[in-house]
Formats: sequence, C-alpha cells, structure tokens
Amino acid sequence: MNSNFSMKLHLPILVFGLAAPFIFPGLQYQIATLWVMVLFALTWDVMGGQMGYNSLGNIFFFGVGMYASAVIQIAQFADVGAFTAARGAVVIEYTDAQYYQGLVLGILASGFVAAATAFALGWTVFGLRGPYFAIGTLGMALAAGELMGTWEWVGGGGGIGMPVFPGSAEAKGLTFYFLTFAAAIVTFVVLQWIYKTRFGLAINAIRDDEEKAEAMGIHTLRYKSVAWAISAFFLGISGALFGNIVGFVEPLEVAFPTVTFGIFMVAMTLLGGKGTLWGPVLGAILFHVIKEATWTYFLGWQWVALGVLIIINVVFFQQGIMGWLMEKYPEKFGIIVEDKGAAK
Amino acid sequence: MTNYVIEVEGVSKSYGGVIANKSVSMKVPDGKITGLIGPNGSGKTTLFNSIVGYHPIDEGSIKFKGKEISDLRVPQIARLGLLRTFQQTRIYGNMNCIDNMLISVPHRKMGFADMFGEREGKETMEEVERLLDFVGLYEKRKLRSGDLSFGQQKLLEFAMALMNKPEVLLLDEPTAGINPTLINGLIDRLRRANEEFGITLFVIEHNMRVIMNMAESIYCLAHGEMLAHGSPDEIQNDQRVIDAYLGAH
Repeated sequence: MNSNFSMKLHLPILVFGLAAPFIFPGLQYQIATLWVMVLFALTWDVMGGQMGYNSLGNIFFFGVGMYASAVIQIAQFADVGAFTAARGAVVIEYTDAQYYQGLVLGILASGFVAAATAFALGWTVFGLRGPYFAIGTLGMALAAGELMGTWEWVGGGGGIGMPVFPGSAEAKGLTFYFLTFAAAIVTFVVLQWIYKTRFGLAINAIRDDEEKAEAMGIHTLRYKSVAWAISAFFLGISGALFGNIVGFVEPLEVAFPTVTFGIFMVAMTLLGGKGTLWGPVLGAILFHVIKEATWTYFLGWQWVALGVLIIINVVFFQQGIMGWLMEKYPEKFGIIVEDKGAAK
Repeated sequence: MTNYVIEVEGVSKSYGGVIANKSVSMKVPDGKITGLIGPNGSGKTTLFNSIVGYHPIDEGSIKFKGKEISDLRVPQIARLGLLRTFQQTRIYGNMNCIDNMLISVPHRKMGFADMFGEREGKETMEEVERLLDFVGLYEKRKLRSGDLSFGQQKLLEFAMALMNKPEVLLLDEPTAGINPTLINGLIDRLRRANEEFGITLFVIEHNMRVIMNMAESIYCLAHGEMLAHGSPDEIQNDQRVIDAYLGAH
C-alpha cells in the first residue's frame, strides 16, 4: 500500500471520529455502529481477503464475546440466572466502581474467550477448504444461536439484561461511542502491523496456494489458527461493546445475527476490496452510509437497494474499490518494472 | 564410500486398483545430480509425492539422511531440508516476486514468536535480490508473479526453492514448457545450484538431452517398477529402456 495514500486517510478519519458525536449528536448511535462495521469488515478480511478462507460464520465470535462479557460483568457481583428475562430480569444496583470493573474485565475477557474459541475450533474446522469452509462456518454460527437459545442459565431464548450504565443516557452514548471508535482504531493499527510482518506474507501465501505453502515448510495450521484467533479477538470485543450498547443480549437477533451483520461483514469487504488494508474500511463506510440512507429515505426498499449494491459490486467491480484502483493505477501501488539503475 | 541422502526401499503405492509404484527401491547420493525418467504414467510423480509425504505409502521405507520420513507430513519433511517443485508450476500468484521470495525463507527453526518477525531484514533482502538476479527476474521483482510468463514463473519457483536453502531439491520436470534457449540457461543454473550451493538434485525430466547432460546417474521407471539404473551412457544403451519408451512392453 502506498504510504502517502494511507497518511491522507488517517487524519481525516481520526478527526471525524473524534468530532462526530459533538457535531452530529443525533447520529451518535449510527456512527458508533459504523465503527463496529469497520471492525467487522477488517476482521473478516483477515480470513476472507488476506488468507482466502471465506468464513460465513465469523459473527459467531461476536456472539461469543457478547455472552462472555455479559456473564463476566454480571457474575462478579450477582447471580447470572437472576438477570435473565425468564426470571423477571431483576435489575440489580451496582456501585459505579463495580460497574466499571465489570465492564473493563468483561470487554477484555470477551476478546480472549473468543480468541481461545477460534483457536480451538481451528484445529477441526480448518480441515475444510473452499466452499466447505464457508458452509461449515455458517452452520457453526447458526447452530450457536439456536444452542444458546436452549441454555437456561444465560436466559435461553428470552435473553439476559446487561447491568445498567451508572450515568445519564448522554454519558452512556459518549462512553460507548468512544469505546467502539477506539476498538476500530486498535483493530486497524494491529492489523496494519501484522500485515507488515512475516505473518502477512504467510497468510497471503496460504491464500494463493496452500499446498505450495505446505511444500515450502510453512506452519500453515499454526498461521491459520492464529489468524482466526486474532480476527475473533476483536470480534469478541465488538460483541461485548455492542451488547452493552443494546443493553439486552438475546441469541438470534442481537448476539448471532448471521443473516444481517454476519453477511454485511462479507458484503462490505467485497465492496471495498478484499485483501487490502483500506478496502474493508472504505467498504464499511460506503455500505453503512448507503444502508442508513436507504433505511431513512426509502423505507420498504432498503433491502432492494442493498441487493442492487451487492449485484453491481460482484458483477462490475469484483475486486472492490481498492482492487479496481490497483488495476487502473498499478504504478501508484508500486507495481512497476524497475531495473538496477533505477533502484539506486 | 558414497553417502546417500534419500534411500527408498521397497515402496509401493496404489490408487484404488491402479498400482502406481510397485516395490520401488532407489538411492540418491549426497551432493550429486540424479535423474528419474520413464514414459508418461510410469509413476515418477507418484514416487516424488511419496518421498515428500504428499500421501501415505502402502508399504516400504523412505529415509532422509538415515531418518525414516514415510510417516511425516509435507511441511515437516520440507522443514528437514527436502524440498520439491511442482510439475504444474506453483507460485503465490497475487504476490509480487519479492514477497514470493521473502516467504520462502527456511521455516526450520521458526517458533511461535517468529510468526510476527521482521520479514525483510537487510541480509534477507540482499539474498532475495541476489537470487532474483541469478534467475534473471530482478527487473520484474515488483510485478505480480501471476502476471509473469510461464517460463518466468518456473524460474521464480526455482529461485524460491533456493531461497529455502534445501539440502535436497526434487525437481518435477524443470524444463517442461520452457523455450529451448531458456532451457540452456536453466540447465546452467541447476548445475550451479548443485556445485556452488551444494544442493543435491533429484530431477524428473522428459527432455533426454537435458537429463543425459546433467545427471551423473539415472533411474528409469516403467509401469510403476524400477526398470534400470546406471550412468547416462548405460541408460541410453539399455535395451529395456529403449523398449519401454518405444512401447515394446
């Protein structure tokens, strides 16, 4: 990636992110969701774009993180079962200190629980390749939603209420806005770094020809498992944040929304250009803006509009925005013939 | 006394009812160039695949430097220093030549933390540029490798194999699909890899001129069985080999 291009985008996004909740207070929730979408697309691209493993079930880790944080935030000071809708969703008063302690631990733990789950699953699921991996992971996410619905301790299908934020609605909005913004930024920075290490090359090699990578002695399973764990780590954290924003965790619509968020993360990445650092970011922004605009101004036609967008994307811009730019202006991306004289 | 790096003893492999290798035995001497010839479908690539752990063998033993490797898997064997190239050239097509080379460094001693190690240290980069220069791809190093011509991809694959610093390199038809002028250059480079870098070569080749010029000893497979073994002269004059190629069987 051209570093000038990167720098030109960093600053405006940072400024916009910091100023947005004050300039557009009415859109705070939508913009917070935008950062979650950016995180979704970035983490999906680790697998689908950079490593060539199209997971349709990455939303699974979002849900795992959400439930992990819910349980940890509640269980430290109260009985988890008491919070469930089935038992009347008792609201327990937390002190401020208890709330924030639970929140911090819950967010961190959600990342690690999701990453550990991915790492463990990787040893079996990575036996599947290509379309089988896609369907296998899709099944995993769908099954998780249904299974969570039968687990009474965490509220089953009725769901579970999150501890209530000890402050005004505005303070809650701002707190979680900046937490989602920070999560997206940290995800971006971490991915930008790992793509520049040997890790980036190895997962690209696995994408291009896994059999060759094995024949060259690359520890393919190790790289794949860690890639998924990294992806899951940030998805888990986003799940914890989203659960707290919504305030109520329920398996099918909130924690494991496979057919909405689960598919959006794929569509956004494809739109921006998979396998690139900025593609998922641009794709998420464009997708989210179009989605919110159609929801607001063309209600009733919103799914049609998204469908048209996806069709235009896969028919005319299969490589996404970044891929299209790279094809059109290869020299801007350092794809050049260069002899020895020019190198010096 | 000759030191053998690869020792294959009584190896059989069948796919369903098709017997691809039947009790094949052969040895590859250290530091030399050994050839493997045989008509199409005689089981050459199957033997290669068995050696590098691509599939389990039905019976027999395969040793690399005295160590049994027939129960190891592909990446483990590659990390021991026994590397293969493919008949259908395989490179990482969406990456540029430099990246293809950088990820081909030896993975023998890589631990968990090395996954996030620096990928283009000064020495590594010098080695990459030297080897790309060696195969004549220096100018194209920043291009997508998938956009190179077939012959150039073959050269890149060879450079990637050298980057891995193997002790033994198994080459599956290195000159197939390459134009005659380029072939001479490739033979020269293969010889230099053997002489200068000390890499033992074991080569499957259909081009008789190439293999007879290069190899010190040649094995000939036919119908999955080892038919003959000898110096290029002996093989050329062996009636069984001539019959196998002309279809007297």
